[in-house]
Amino acid sequence: MAFLQDPTLIVEWLRQLLLGWGLSPALTSLALYVLGALALATGPLLWVIFLIWFERKAVARIQDRLGPNRVGKYGLLQPFADVLKLLTKEDIIPAKADKFLYWMAPILSLAGVLLLWPAVPLGKGIGGNVNVAVLYLVAVGTLSTFAILVAGWSANNKYALLGAFRTVAQMISYEVPIVLALLVPVLLARSMNLQAIVAAQDVWFVVAAPLPALIFFVASIAEVGRTPFDLLEAESEIIAGFHIEYSGMKFAMFFAGEFLHAFTVGVLGAVLFFGGWRGPGAEAYPILGLFYLWLKAFLLYFVIVWVRGTFPRVRIDHLLDFTWKFLTPLALVVLMATAVLDKALVRAGAWPRALGLLVVNAVIWLLAQRWLRKVEKRLEPPMVAQPGQYPVARYTPPEPQAAEGD
Amino acid sequence: MDSTWVFIGVFFALAPLLAAAPIVIGHYLGPSKPNPIKNDVYECGLKTVGDAWVRFKVQYYLFALVFLIFDVELVFLYPWAVAYDMLPTFAVLEGLLFIVMLLAALVYAWKREALDWYD
Repeated sequence: MAFLQDPTLIVEWLRQLLLGWGLSPALTSLALYVLGALALATGPLLWVIFLIWFERKAVARIQDRLGPNRVGKYGLLQPFADVLKLLTKEDIIPAKADKFLYWMAPILSLAGVLLLWPAVPLGKGIGGNVNVAVLYLVAVGTLSTFAILVAGWSANNKYALLGAFRTVAQMISYEVPIVLALLVPVLLARSMNLQAIVAAQDVWFVVAAPLPALIFFVASIAEVGRTPFDLLEAESEIIAGFHIEYSGMKFAMFFAGEFLHAFTVGVLGAVLFFGGWRGPGAEAYPILGLFYLWLKAFLLYFVIVWVRGTFPRVRIDHLLDFTWKFLTPLALVVLMATAVLDKALVRAGAWPRALGLLVVNAVIWLLAQRWLRKVEKRLEPPMVAQPGQYPVARYTPPEPQAAEGD
Repeated sequence: MDSTWVFIGVFFALAPLLAAAPIVIGHYLGPSKPNPIKNDVYECGLKTVGDAWVRFKVQYYLFALVFLIFDVELVFLYPWAVAYDMLPTFAVLEGLLFIVMLLAALVYAWKREALDWYD
């Protein structure tokens, strides 16, 4: 069972096999990279099929429906039926669309999410070990925003364009709190390498930085464009927003990209704040670490689904106010407090440091709450129906008019 | 470390291919019976008026500008955070001053109503 203790053995075995076939060492390395990339990309892509089933089922149960239950046991084969149906649908390309961009957008949408994965550490010694991983995540994470903008623009449809513009305003605005929240784990671990960030979490960072974790989580949901922040596709207002002109497999790629992005947010949250692959026995058996990471990511993903099934959509001015006037200042203040306290407690152990930061976070949260109450008082009071004064729509028949010509 | 970046380079080449494969397969698998009405713009059931490639309100552009300022400046803080152990107190204070300046910029944009949404 040496493989369980060191999964890199399989890479060595493959290398020896390829070298044995008479390939040059450089070509062997390239072949291994291609194989590794294929494995790393296909895994999430297949996992998405299950995610689609899970999300449909979970949201259905939350909303007191049954969800898919006809195809296979518990409807488990439903996503496969969907894929088959979408594959054999006619590929409609609008005559007025910008053809090249129209084709590129769904590809970019899914590829942009897949590209986040090479930076993620999957276990001790396996997965990403990129020295500027956090910066890489911020840079590559923006690609899916591009995809939506390109999709909305290329379709030459006014609803699509509206969806794309909303996306620009929304995703760009929520990028700022994410970048700020990501700074805190970097500061605590003194490294941008995700493997090092995981290694530094003797105490999970969610203890030392609960507010950045919350900011990261909320802003990431907005970044993915899910309910309650799904203004870019608001079905009831702009039909489907950016992907209104898409059908068949192209639409499916947007769909898969969104689901995978939501799960990736869970993975990143688990890596940055919940100790990544760490857990009992994960040091000795790296495969176990992969399981822990998956479990944590899946729990976070479930919360995202839960939020989706529970909250109504927010209005665009509320949406933008929330990020610029609440999340961003809050993140800046938390960052400053963390920086100061971390320098002061640099000699203390891991736990005192974490608890000290926890107390500071709690104080900032209480102050923010008080400030919010104050602001709320200054806003116009919400419309509350008084007993006996319920707004009732009444039909008043028009005055009978004299017939013309009298 | 170099090998990591080679791997990411390979991944950059492969990921779009993997995403494109189902689309291309679907394109050839499905029927193809285009007609002018089917390929028309889908808006409200009415005939569409004009092009969608129009100039749009400046509101969205303002948010992009504020974002640009913030994001570019925030990237400067990452090296500061990575090298935190090696920083003397002076450098820490300087970093804090930088954050305070960012906060001031935010307040300025706020008071100038660049962050308000007009209908």
